[in-house]
Amino acid sequence: MALKLNQSEFEIDRDKEKCIACQVCVRQCSNDVHEYDEDEGTVLSDNSRCVGCHRCETLCPTGSIKIKQRGSEFKSNANWSAENMKNIYKQAETGGVILTGMGCDKPYPIYWDHILFNASQVTNPSIDPLREPMEIRTFIGRKPDRLEIKAVKEPGGKTTGFKNNLESQLELSVPVLFSAMSYGSISLNAVKSVAKAASEFGTFYNTGEGGLHKDLRCYKKNTIVQVASGRFGVDKDYLNSGAAVEIKIGQGAKPGIGGHLPGEKVNYDVSTTRMIPEGSDAISPAPHHDIYSIEDLAQLIYALKEATEYKKPVGVKISAVHNVAPIASGIVRAGADFISIDGFRGGTGAAPQVIRDNVGIPIELALASVDIRLREEGIRHKVSLIVAGSIRSSADVIKAIALGADAVYIGTAALIALGCHLCQKCYTSKCNWGIATQDPYLTKRLNPEIGARRLLNLLNAWSHEIKEMLGGAGINAIESLRGNREHLRGVGLSEKELSILGIKHAGEAW
Amino acid sequence: MKKIYIKEEYCIACRLCEIYCQVKHSKSKKILKAFKNETDMLSRVLVEEIGYNSFAIQCRHCEDAPCVEACISGAMQKNKNTGVVTCDEKKCVGCWMCIMTCPYGVIKRNLSEKKVASKCDLCGDEEYPVCVRNCPNEALQFKDI
Repeated sequence: MALKLNQSEFEIDRDKEKCIACQVCVRQCSNDVHEYDEDEGTVLSDNSRCVGCHRCETLCPTGSIKIKQRGSEFKSNANWSAENMKNIYKQAETGGVILTGMGCDKPYPIYWDHILFNASQVTNPSIDPLREPMEIRTFIGRKPDRLEIKAVKEPGGKTTGFKNNLESQLELSVPVLFSAMSYGSISLNAVKSVAKAASEFGTFYNTGEGGLHKDLRCYKKNTIVQVASGRFGVDKDYLNSGAAVEIKIGQGAKPGIGGHLPGEKVNYDVSTTRMIPEGSDAISPAPHHDIYSIEDLAQLIYALKEATEYKKPVGVKISAVHNVAPIASGIVRAGADFISIDGFRGGTGAAPQVIRDNVGIPIELALASVDIRLREEGIRHKVSLIVAGSIRSSADVIKAIALGADAVYIGTAALIALGCHLCQKCYTSKCNWGIATQDPYLTKRLNPEIGARRLLNLLNAWSHEIKEMLGGAGINAIESLRGNREHLRGVGLSEKELSILGIKHAGEAW
Repeated sequence: MKKIYIKEEYCIACRLCEIYCQVKHSKSKKILKAFKNETDMLSRVLVEEIGYNSFAIQCRHCEDAPCVEACISGAMQKNKNTGVVTCDEKKCVGCWMCIMTCPYGVIKRNLSEKKVASKCDLCGDEEYPVCVRNCPNEALQFKDI
């Protein structure tokens, strides 16, 4: 065995004064970092195995463990970063593609942090959401070209109704949905947590491409079923087991790339859910092999609409790439009822690092350009826009809506609420938090009762914050904010960035 | 009466229940002091483990408790009002008949000073037993029957 050049990334700082050798850390680490030495009666740790998931630190009853980034540094070099060097060492040893999990962590500009929201002063009154009604309900689906109202005769008097038939809509009590995360990429307990939270709060979760487990069929009213290139678990029954259907073309973390769930993870449950043989690799091709044009996409959209009898909205998910605006325009014309756009910071269970960190564009720019393009073409109302790819807080939600989104998807934020510490090792299936794993010893660690409660709390907290921010800006319905870029100002952005975002710079007034 | 319910599907075998039980029944009641200085650290809740299956079990406070029946000194008693089975350690003579008869195997020998039977007392002075309060995954629940 030749010498390995990569040193451990983390250092386990164990305070000997505080360690009671209770071995909770030993029992909780799936990477076998900690070991109990019976002769000495102490716990020893192997830094080289640590992935920095903080499970031991969180559960240690005396707070004796601290996980630190390892201090040792290479000779400073502005060109050759430590990451470049470590990656080369790794590839020189293995000859393989470097895998990673979660979203891009590179220091590209985060436009949300360069956008500020407005508030009322003197000339327009702000609203206190605790005392006055505040509407944040959102409807996802195709809206009619114009509304025609007619009087409807009903016993006991006249009421009004719509002349034209409304297309089916999804009703959300907050403009936040849970992103597509398949059973397989995450544990059943993790999916149960999001499904339960979505149904209790009145929003939706997305099955991802892994099919629908039988235990989740009870959340039908709050499920968006996904149809991806692998078509795993897709049949008429599946399509009708949700409130909407989403065709997945791309994912923000890995645009242009398919998926590969190794056969080892395809246990009995996953195999029946995905409708594939036990132990076989689940390979999602990079493209849909029946979609090579907008016209082909239209065929699939209408095939799915036929299968669901035009009762459910059918959407299309794409990753934010360079020509996202014209692609989105084509998708609207192909008949989609909603478009999900996933920015380059969107998460994943596994992706080649080079793709995750170098392909795609920021969601803020993609959203702004799509919204402007669809408005210019007069087709914005025909589709709802759901954006994803690192929505980190209620502030990001409100900025996204002011930039033109109808709603947002949260994936990483939801997983963080469930305990994820972003160690980016999802692809190892050793997740110590019971999220990105199928190991029964680890999946038990996520109690869906607790998980759903934590997600409900998060949605509650964000709803309150969204209402507070809306009220502060003198707005009492989220509809009035949608695409209302006057409420946004940029800081530290160039003319070009401001023009793409369609916002003024801070300090510029009417 | 309120009893401790076990949800074995969520027991993660971290054994924090055992650790907090030991502290609760220590002399100092302080985790660092107890573990560093005290020798008779005995948990009254036991985590049973085979493969990935595990659960924490403690005295079930049986309706018709065999340990009370078997006790020769009257140390083991069931409180008529609360239903809690406790061992009066002053009266216990260490004959271990309770251990012989306990169907759950949750009574332990405490040999540190005078030998006595050691068992769960539901942390009488606490609102929730410490094992329940400190279970990180709510695999133990304290609720009415």
